[in-house]
Amino acid sequence: MNILTWGRNPWGEWILTHISWGLLWAALFAGLAFLVAHASYMLLSRHRKRAAHETDAMEAARPDLPPRIVRHSLAARLFHWVMAGAMFVLLFTAFLPIAGVKFAWVAWHWMAGLVLAASILFHIVHATIWMDFWSIWVGPSDLPELKAELMRELGHDVAGPRPGKYPLGNRLYHLAIVLAGLGVMATGLTMLVRVRTPFLTRNPYLLSDTTWGLTYVLHGLAGVSLVGLVMAHVYFAVRPEKWWITKSMILGWITRRQYLEHHDPQRWVAR
Amino acid sequence: MPAFELLQPASIADALELLDRHGPSAWVLAGGLDSFDWLKDRIKRPSVVVDLSGVVEMKGVRPRGEGLEIGAMTTLTDVVRHPMVEQRFGILTNAAEAAASPQIRNQGTIGGNVSQDTRCWYYRAGWSCYRAGGNICYADTPQAINREHAILGADRCVAVSPSDTAPALVALDAEMVIRSKAGERVVPAEDYFIGPGTDITRMTVLRTGELLVAIRIPGTWAGSTFYFEKVADRNVWDFPLVNVASAMVLSGNTVQRMRIAVNGVAARPLRLVAVEDAMRGKARTDDALTAAGELAIQGAVPLQFNAYKVPLLRNLVKRAIRGAEGT
Repeated sequence: MNILTWGRNPWGEWILTHISWGLLWAALFAGLAFLVAHASYMLLSRHRKRAAHETDAMEAARPDLPPRIVRHSLAARLFHWVMAGAMFVLLFTAFLPIAGVKFAWVAWHWMAGLVLAASILFHIVHATIWMDFWSIWVGPSDLPELKAELMRELGHDVAGPRPGKYPLGNRLYHLAIVLAGLGVMATGLTMLVRVRTPFLTRNPYLLSDTTWGLTYVLHGLAGVSLVGLVMAHVYFAVRPEKWWITKSMILGWITRRQYLEHHDPQRWVAR
Repeated sequence: MPAFELLQPASIADALELLDRHGPSAWVLAGGLDSFDWLKDRIKRPSVVVDLSGVVEMKGVRPRGEGLEIGAMTTLTDVVRHPMVEQRFGILTNAAEAAASPQIRNQGTIGGNVSQDTRCWYYRAGWSCYRAGGNICYADTPQAINREHAILGADRCVAVSPSDTAPALVALDAEMVIRSKAGERVVPAEDYFIGPGTDITRMTVLRTGELLVAIRIPGTWAGSTFYFEKVADRNVWDFPLVNVASAMVLSGNTVQRMRIAVNGVAARPLRLVAVEDAMRGKARTDDALTAAGELAIQGAVPLQFNAYKVPLLRNLVKRAIRGAEGT
């Protein structure tokens, strides 16, 4: 399978046009394979959960905590669901026509793209000023948590650190979605100049053929990456043991018990 | 011309079998007037060409109920000369006669005329434009020569349908009979053509393995007041800049009902439903014609060199409604 598609410009030069659409099927296959592998692992593995009596004891020791712990503010939840809606519109309008479902998709695609870009910009400002900015990122200091989580997944009872506000998997996913999301947004906003919109004067010669080709390829690569990432995200959102996290993205809060069971109160101080 | 394997089926069933067997590598050859441009310019290089000229069952004009069925391989000349077409659906006679030149009409088929590819020279030069699977429209740039291109319905690609018979068939509410190994489907002429928003690499709904075998014209508009006009740079051997076709049932000077379609302004022939609705039950007064003309050009976005198509379209629509007796 070719990864890139090439074309010929009026000067007879070979130019990059976009990724091979076979990569879409590869991303779908990879996403499905991951889902099957993870679901099988969850069925068969000996991953260690905190015992109920441990959580009972922790809850009894912290009567000062409110019964509901706020996990996501209204603004954060609104951003998440607006972004999710825009993302689904973008993915369906981008890839359904390639899969053979033909419809007039371009206007829906760029409009959803603008909604996504606006929501991402809002999120950057909101997270920088009003949220605990560093709580979502990963770094070398997370290695002990990674080791502890791996040991628990292998069935060992270890005393290592538990997650702060966001589990490590959550933070790694966020990093991946940031890279793919910013990539697709930057290239998509540039590509707006190639289609008719009320905002820009169309100018396909703004960039050189090579730069446009790279822009389309990056947009495509980020797009197919998002197919796999969104599949994984939806999968985890509906898994029974993760449902409490999904619910918190709807209601905004988790229970005191969930807070103590899954988080390290030293690393995420509930207010 | 690049080498290819020439297959000459004698029946629709054989043709469909061959198309099914060879899939996307097969090229359907009707009259050859569009095909040989592509092949001789070495832009398209099919490994197999399925020549339909020997499929007799796809030729000829037959009565069908109150209307007609025209085989897709019927030549434009045969359509023009057929008395039943001329007497009952004169608009199609006029449209077919407006296509190209007598020699081309002797060779070109009505199926080919409606299914032909766009004539955008940027696309036909073989460059990687949107329609060719690339990521640019060379015709929609500030420097492009785009005098013949679209003013309506553009979506990245601004190429237009070059067919003369297409708007007449849309105006007549014709049906396109499409067959494949999987069976037969009948598509209204209006829906047979697709714009770039839906599929930027195709002009029609025909998919790999499918064949347009016939065109059915219902009796609904037989004997109506017809109008067809084509504006081109030359009177013969030229594609339309804009053409218009209308069928009207009149009561005195009042339009009881009508269908009107234009071509050369978009990637597909456009049926002007808003104009039809506006004129229904109205007398053909100057005010009504002016309003209809304005409705026709709503949403028009001219390119650098084709703004002339806006007043041309407006006036052709007015003339089509006013009719031959009013011109």
